[in-house]
Amino acid sequence: MKWDISRAGEWKAKDFPIACVIPTVGNSDDYDVGGWRSERPVREDDVCTQCLLCWIFCPDSSVVLDGEKVVAFDYEHCKGCGICAKECPTNPKFGRKAIEMISEGCELPGVK
Amino acid sequence: MAEQKLVATTGNALVAEAFRQIRPDVVAAYPITPQSSIVEDIAKHVASGRVHTNYVTTESEHSAMSACIGASAAGARVATATCGPGLAMMWEMLYIASGMRLPIVMANTNRALSAPINIHCDHSDVMGARDSSWITLFAETAQEAYDNTIMAVRIAEHPDVLLPVMSCLDGFITTHAVDRACMLDDETVAEFVGEYVPVNALLDTENPSSHGNFSGLGGLYFEFKAQQRAAMARASSVVAEVGERFAAISGRSFGMVEGWGMEDAETAIVVIGSSAGNVRHVARQLRAKGQKVGVLKIRCFRPFPVEEIRSALRGLKAIAVLDRSDSFGAEGGPLYLEIRSALYDLQERPPVVNYVYGLGGADVKLDLIERVYSDLSGIAVDAVEPAPLTYLGIR
Repeated sequence: MKWDISRAGEWKAKDFPIACVIPTVGNSDDYDVGGWRSERPVREDDVCTQCLLCWIFCPDSSVVLDGEKVVAFDYEHCKGCGICAKECPTNPKFGRKAIEMISEGCELPGVK
Repeated sequence: MAEQKLVATTGNALVAEAFRQIRPDVVAAYPITPQSSIVEDIAKHVASGRVHTNYVTTESEHSAMSACIGASAAGARVATATCGPGLAMMWEMLYIASGMRLPIVMANTNRALSAPINIHCDHSDVMGARDSSWITLFAETAQEAYDNTIMAVRIAEHPDVLLPVMSCLDGFITTHAVDRACMLDDETVAEFVGEYVPVNALLDTENPSSHGNFSGLGGLYFEFKAQQRAAMARASSVVAEVGERFAAISGRSFGMVEGWGMEDAETAIVVIGSSAGNVRHVARQLRAKGQKVGVLKIRCFRPFPVEEIRSALRGLKAIAVLDRSDSFGAEGGPLYLEIRSALYDLQERPPVVNYVYGLGGADVKLDLIERVYSDLSGIAVDAVEPAPLTYLGIR
């Protein structure tokens, strides 16, 4: 069962769960943390070999697959750590990696 | 009342026996004088199969308390022991144990803090930890150390409390001297402490939970501290209730404060730990000479039994507080400050004076206690100006 924190703003001290324990799992999905990024990964689909190393290494499960293919990044939860870009192998045909980190500007996709 | 075995042994051996009888799932500890024989005995009990505890040796006290915290969060009943510099090294983790509301039970064999290096008794270690939200019990004798250790489990694990408990006994004086004590049988203790039912156990995979969460930016840290204060306030009645239940099986009464001669006393000494015996001995002699003196021993320091202290000390003509630690730069020792504060709301406030004594195990001889009572009788009749702070027996 999902923990209902929709009225947490009205809670008094006694209403909080003991010891700051979160009595449920998976709630990190509810939080938009994309705004923490200073750099964002971008992927060239032509260059990508679909090796899935980025998906394996991403610590925040922010590489989105469709079947067994990488299709996008979840920019609401990607914190821009750059591990995907670091692990991404150079495609010999193109002489470059498919994933590159680029500076975040003012146009933050889907990020409040 | 359960049948008991009369033994002659050290305070440390009795604490280790108590730990064996409460059957902790995990003991993680690091040996330090004068606590060492507690953990050595536990290790022996484990090695010989007398208790099925997972005994974890660690490389420091910081790690020992960290391992205790991990084990307790996982859902285990956890016990450990330390003292003095070891307790100081646990500092950071003490606050984490209480903040995570983990009912860890720890014996602390009071030892002075360096420098100069010293392995003997004073209360500087535990008084430094007094604000860490650990329930703190003090023993005068090996018997009380044994009793407190067993009671500590029920107090800590009580659903209204869920705070760690530190059970203190005076280094060498109580830990190493052979004393006479009554031990309960294993079944009685096991029944008394009961089965531990953890709250939010990490190993409860049916009900997963997340511990140690960040609460820094939204200001909610403050709310969790308020919860701790409320739990500590509720602990007062739990300590008293567990004391009554323990008295029912052991025949030994427990009071958060224990008075001697306080019913009609005109002057009294307030004291913590092993020195209470010396003070009572002198008080008994003075009573025989017709002097109306009393002794108030504090057995539970956190939560601080303000009401009990107020009602015991109300109407006295002069009070001396003995502190086995100093709060350098403050008006006096920590116990003195709290006793004075507890009496502030009385209509008629009795004069209260402070004696810091026995630091680093300095001897507390009977003539020093006599001197304190003599000072008090002078203050009581306005013949002596109360000295704010005296280092008792200093050269």
